[in-house]
Formats: sequence, structure tokens, C-alpha cells
Amino acid sequence: MATVKIPPVLRPSVGGEKEVQAAGEDVGAVLHSLAEQHPDTQSQLFSGEGQLNRYVNVYLNDEDVRVLDGLQTSVSESDTLVILPAMAGG
Amino acid sequence: MSPTGAEVIRKIRSQVEEVDPSEVREHLGNGVVLVDVRESEEWDAGHIPGAKHVPRGYLESRIEGAVADRDQRVVVYCASGQRSALAANTLREQLGYGNVASMNGGITLWKDRGYDVEVPKSLTKEQRERYSRHLLVPEIGLEGQTKLLEAKVLLLGAGGLGSPTALYLAAAGVGTLGIVDDDEVDLSNLQRQVIHTTDRIGVPKVDSAEESIKAINPGVDVRKYQVRLYASNIMEIIEGYDVIVDGVDNFPTRYLLNDATVRLGIPVVSASILGFDGQLSVFAPHEGPCYRCLYPVPPPADMAPSCGANGVLGVLPGTMGLLQATEVIKLVTGAGEPLIGRLLLYEALGATFTELKVRRDPECAICSKDPSEISDDELGVFPDYEAFCAAAG
Repeated sequence: MATVKIPPVLRPSVGGEKEVQAAGEDVGAVLHSLAEQHPDTQSQLFSGEGQLNRYVNVYLNDEDVRVLDGLQTSVSESDTLVILPAMAGG
Repeated sequence: MSPTGAEVIRKIRSQVEEVDPSEVREHLGNGVVLVDVRESEEWDAGHIPGAKHVPRGYLESRIEGAVADRDQRVVVYCASGQRSALAANTLREQLGYGNVASMNGGITLWKDRGYDVEVPKSLTKEQRERYSRHLLVPEIGLEGQTKLLEAKVLLLGAGGLGSPTALYLAAAGVGTLGIVDDDEVDLSNLQRQVIHTTDRIGVPKVDSAEESIKAINPGVDVRKYQVRLYASNIMEIIEGYDVIVDGVDNFPTRYLLNDATVRLGIPVVSASILGFDGQLSVFAPHEGPCYRCLYPVPPPADMAPSCGANGVLGVLPGTMGLLQATEVIKLVTGAGEPLIGRLLLYEALGATFTELKVRRDPECAICSKDPSEISDDELGVFPDYEAFCAAAG
């Protein structure tokens, strides 16, 4: 299972964890698996049409999946996904 | 009877080749090395552009560093042509330089002719002492310190991030610090906003910040803007600054700042904080990605709580603000590799740093355009802007 790093705003939806494990062949599958385990993340990650929300950045290791194959980017067991929404606090 | 000093000088001058300043000027840059043999204070007051400085007292020990080839054409000058004649004689007779001349009339005659003189930037005695630990670091040195003293840096926000950034940039000798903040010091700020003090509660933050900056370094020129930034005033405020430090607490201003700085080509050192987490990156227009390349749209209000709503570890803005100050100094001095195209995440509880790549978006709504095509109407606008701002209150 891949490791998914959870940003501060999503941590209440995953029981306060900073990292969770989720299974899936590609980025989309891993995120859907996360949303199944932690239903509160569903609406924060995905739009009503099932698309990844535009304000959520997802990185496979250190690379933005937008420059890879998006939700179809393959994920292996040793990979880390970073979910990153913008923060504005100063 | 021993000859007088004047007689010795006269004799030496008669044996040394002397050239007129007009001839020196004509041949400058054509394989002639010009050596100024005056004292350091005279050199600092102004010298001929391109000359090398070897004080006469150090001639024997330092000339090889300035002129390695003994067959090189060398022209020596001083204030009037006397010390340079003696130095030229030493170079020829004792050090084996075969092609040496002395400039007749020295820099005095050169100036009388109206020729160019270069006055090097030099630090005052107080500055040499104040910045001595910078001067010792090769990556900063006199050149870097001079750049810092000439730099104009604008801080957006004199809050959590802006406080440590302002203090350290002032201490580092940044010549001009602009501060934009329309707020007043509140008791709840003091857990992290270390530029302010308990006795300045209720005072405008720009005034309070100025007081602390002046206390640590009276040489800093502080420019205060007690306003909020809008599309209508941002251009006139930020124009002319070399680097902008973004520590604002809301998305509309972050997008507005991005768009205006891309238009003007000003780099932004950006950080944001929440809870125990911080983010940092440098957005250098057209050299790397901009804020919109990283975040094309802001999250909805429920996914973007503020420090006021969700809290923040008081030390965290200190950590992130000082990383910002470090990036500012690197941009100004040219030292190191700035955090362009990289996003640094810091998670304080786990004490972890994560670095992510940030790519330029070829479709970016703002930085894919020619800067002149970014209109006033587009500044700071994003989809659902009005709904976002209404929700954010």
C-alpha cells in the first residue's frame, strides 16, 4: 500500500493522522480508496462529478501528478502521495 | 655631501619614462595595466576606472598579484606623479618590469582634464563593524553587503511571518524596508509577532514595526503603507521594489500580489502557515513558476481556515519567516540556489521537511502571457472570486 501524507485541513477527516496507508494501482485508485476508508475526505478531494478538485494538488513523491499522468499515474507500494491544498495563513 | 630628497626625486624622474594622462586614456584597455600606488583612503576617494590598487608601501609584496607578466606594459600613477615615478623606478630597477611608465601630473591632472573617475562603494567605520560577520563570509563580503544596503524589500504584512523577517532583514542591513499592513497591534498577536511589544497594543503595526526596526538598525529606511492592497493601489506601492516578501493572511491578496508581480517582474518570497505546518517557495516571474502555476484556484473557505480561526504554533511563523529572510538575502546577493520551482513543506510536530517540485504551467492564466498583456481588470481575479470573498467575509 502506498503512503498518503495528509495536510492539516484534512487530518480531522482521517482521525487526526498525518499519514495513512491506502491501496491502489494508480493515483485515482489510491485516493478513492482513501475516500472509502475516510468518507469525510470524499467531498474535499472530489467534485460531485468525481473529478479531483482543482484546488487540491497531488504529488507522487516530489512530482505534481498534473505533469505525470494525472489520476492515471501508476503508484507502487513504496511511493508516497502528498495531498496539498493551498494555505493562506500568515 | 648627500643629495637632498628633492634632488633624488628629480634624478629618478629624469630616468623614468613619463606619459601624459591623455596618452594613458587613449591606451586604456589596450593591454596596458594601470596601477594606482596611493594610500587606501586616496583610492577610496576616487580612482581611474579599471586601475589596480597597489599602495606604494606594499609594492614589492603585492605587485605580482596585480601584474604577473614582467613584460606587460605598466603605467603607474599617484596624486601628482612623484610617488608613481619612484614606484616605476622600483618596478624597473629592482623587480625586473621592463616596460614601465609613470603618469605625469597624477590623478590631479587626470581630473583637471575632466576624465572619468570611479568612486568605489565603501562602508563607513560603523558599517564595517556592524556587518563585520557578513564581510567575513565569502558568499556575502563587501560586494554582497553593498547589494543589501542598496536593496529595496517590501514586506506584505507585519504579522507572524513579517515580524521575524523584518527584524532579521533590518539587522542584515537591507537599505530600504517597505511594510504594508493596515492592522493595529492586538494582545493576541504577541504570542508570535515578535516585532511588536505589549506597550504598543493598539498602535498601528507599521509604526510599531518601524520602532523595532530603527532600534536594531537606525540606518534602515522604513517606508510605511498603512493600507490594504487592492487592484487599485497595488501597482504604485510595489513598483520599484527588488524583492517582495509575502506573509499575508488571505487568498485574494496572494493572487493579487502574484498577478501584479508577474506584470512587473518582481520576485516574491512566499510563505504560509497553519497549525504546525508551513509552506515556502520563491516565485521568480518567467524564470520559474508563479503562485497560480502552483495553485490555479484557491480552496473553498472550509478548506482554508485562517490562523485566527484554527490557531498556529507561535514559533512556526518564526521558523518560516526566517527561511523567507534567508531567501531574500540569497536573491539580493546572488548567493546560493534560491527556492525557485521548489516548494518546501515543514511539519513541526514530526520535525520533517518535504521538498516538492513546482513546474511552470504553460497554460497559466497569468504568467503564460506577455507581462504587458496583463490588464488591470485581471489583477487578483480567479473563478468564483466574488463568491469566495463573500464566504470569506
